[in-house]
Amino acid sequence: MAAEKMAIAKALNSSLRKALENDPKVLIMGEDVGRLGGVFRITDGLQKDFGEERVIDTPLAESGIVGTAIGLALRGYRPVAEIQFDGFVFPAYDQIVTQLAKMHMRSLGKVKLPVVIRIPYGGGIGAVEHHSESPEAQFAHVAGLKIVSPANASDAYWMLQQAIECDDPVIFFEPKARYWDKGEVDPSGIPGPLHAAKVVREGTDLTLAAYGPMVKTALQAAGAAQAEDGVSIEVIDLRSVSPIDFDSLQRSVEKTGRLVVAHEAPVHFGAGAEVAARITERCFYHLEAPVLRVGGFHSPYPPARLEEEYLPGLDRVLDSVDRALAY
Amino acid sequence: MTVESSSAARSTSRRNAGGGKQAARTSRRPKPEPSAESAAGPDMVQLLTPEGERVEHPDYSIEVSAEELRGLYRDMVLTRRFDAEATALQRQGELGLWPSCLGQEAAQIGSGRALRDTDYVFPTYREHGVAWCRGVDPTLLLGMFRGVNHGGWDPNSNNFHLYTIVIGSQTLHAAGYAMGVAKDGADMAVAAYFGDGASSQGDVAESFTFAAVYNAPVVFICQNNQWAISEPTARQTRVPLYRRAQGFGFPGVRVDGNDVLAMLAVTKAAAEHARTGQGPILIEAFTYRMGAHTTSDDPTRYRRKEELEAWEAKDPILRVRRYLDRTGGADDAFYAAIEEESDALGRRVREVIRTMPDPDGMAIFEHVYADGHSLVDEERAGYAAYLASFADHAAHEGN
Repeated sequence: MAAEKMAIAKALNSSLRKALENDPKVLIMGEDVGRLGGVFRITDGLQKDFGEERVIDTPLAESGIVGTAIGLALRGYRPVAEIQFDGFVFPAYDQIVTQLAKMHMRSLGKVKLPVVIRIPYGGGIGAVEHHSESPEAQFAHVAGLKIVSPANASDAYWMLQQAIECDDPVIFFEPKARYWDKGEVDPSGIPGPLHAAKVVREGTDLTLAAYGPMVKTALQAAGAAQAEDGVSIEVIDLRSVSPIDFDSLQRSVEKTGRLVVAHEAPVHFGAGAEVAARITERCFYHLEAPVLRVGGFHSPYPPARLEEEYLPGLDRVLDSVDRALAY
Repeated sequence: MTVESSSAARSTSRRNAGGGKQAARTSRRPKPEPSAESAAGPDMVQLLTPEGERVEHPDYSIEVSAEELRGLYRDMVLTRRFDAEATALQRQGELGLWPSCLGQEAAQIGSGRALRDTDYVFPTYREHGVAWCRGVDPTLLLGMFRGVNHGGWDPNSNNFHLYTIVIGSQTLHAAGYAMGVAKDGADMAVAAYFGDGASSQGDVAESFTFAAVYNAPVVFICQNNQWAISEPTARQTRVPLYRRAQGFGFPGVRVDGNDVLAMLAVTKAAAEHARTGQGPILIEAFTYRMGAHTTSDDPTRYRRKEELEAWEAKDPILRVRRYLDRTGGADDAFYAAIEEESDALGRRVREVIRTMPDPDGMAIFEHVYADGHSLVDEERAGYAAYLASFADHAAHEGN
């Protein structure tokens, strides 16, 4: 299969198809994932080709979806469960935190829980309440879970397959506002490690770290800073929120001396706070400025007409860059 | 007129009016629902009375040889002995906590012995008798209550999953596992144990839904032991629990949970129902938690002595003994041998627990992930270095 330009949504669909082909134990399950192909069409056509036994429309019960996915994993299956929207994951939070994350350790390694939970997340699509949130930090705090989020089509394709192959539970956050962004996918390529960060733009004056939907914004900010102020920003796509690739961040910050972390999730107790603390510890004598964070406010995700105020757009990211450079 | 007397007067008059209306309506009303906590009734399957008499049931019959009956008796006595030892070990400070299954031996042994080795069981944290039937070494159950692990046995060795402490969560795991069994076309049933308190959990309702719509081979076994810590079953339900199944589209049956033969017969039939592709089924084992919820609980604060005494008369072990004695199914030598075996089990449990080592401190970092996690690696190394610094310091002091 030759390299092809495709949207993130299509890359995810191709990835799921490949996983279903590769391993008969892989199952897709969730609300509307079968006949409809998912509300975002990520599972489009899969039930038609792989049947109702492998692409399963579930009852509207998120705890039930994750709880039965655990049971299926115990039976030897590799379920890929879809939670329809970020804000709907909370009925399943108990099963994820108290059961899924802990069962491998509770069995002293005797049972494995290769469960992937796909969650379309983030804002910017003008949706109603509970459809635009970024709850990744609420899962990153839990040992036993792995959390990743792709930012482009190639990563969407490869990271999803790697998540499915992983013997640990993985929460796979999909940047829904970027579903239709296109990029090159080469299915014959060889992917890098699932949890490694990537330098997606090299620079020397400041490191800007982001993941998921914010990587595109970060790249735009870097372009604007270069064009308007001649500032050279290195952009790092973290790709993984648990674990976080601090080694890559450290290498970059030792070079640039400045770090800004951007995410849509609230800044308060967010992934950026963890990055700031760790990088301050690792790079204290290299830092020219405190690590700054830019992201959502400590306020419920606002109504759609206000989301541009809430989301860290290009201007707010550049403002943080300016503040970091002012030290 | 004071506020109190005014409202009292109003409530009196309303009650009078209501009473009149109700009386007029009685004839048109369906028969009132039996209360959830009402005991035996025509709907409850019983094959062995508290007095130790065999009775017949139109839907469930069972032929049990004297040898099998002695086996069930032995299982129950040994389970009770193990349970008593564990309770005592908690009192002696060897265990942090113990949830006793005293009084529920028939519900657990009857259902446990009805299952095949190839069936799969998802227990709560009180299924010591079921664990016994599955062949799980009883001393393995103690680790989590001593605080040396959170489970520790291999669920696949005996098709007996780890104890689950969060109420009702395991019923969904059972439903999912059974969905997989159905996909595999395997000849097995999946037993999901839970309690009357768990019946209020959303996860239990969701597990009923999933098992029903996918026709998964789950035998739901609800041990209604009348108390969820201090709350009676009436705080969980207005209808008898077995009738919940009807609304989900599968059968439910109430069984005398202190009758090991009824539990054996009904669970055998239920497991067969599941194995033969007829979908889920619910068994409500009507029983009684004769002990405290756990060793941290004090049931004298919420239930009366008379209630316990009434249930002691329905003791699950006593009725089998009465039947064996009446029918000459066992002799003194048998009882003496059981007593000896119980003592030996007790000695072994005490010995194992008293010599059970604490895990190595670095075990905190073991098995957090199957495929590893860089943060765990970093923290493990950091903590090891921290511990080593004391050794270095001690060595330095020594010099």
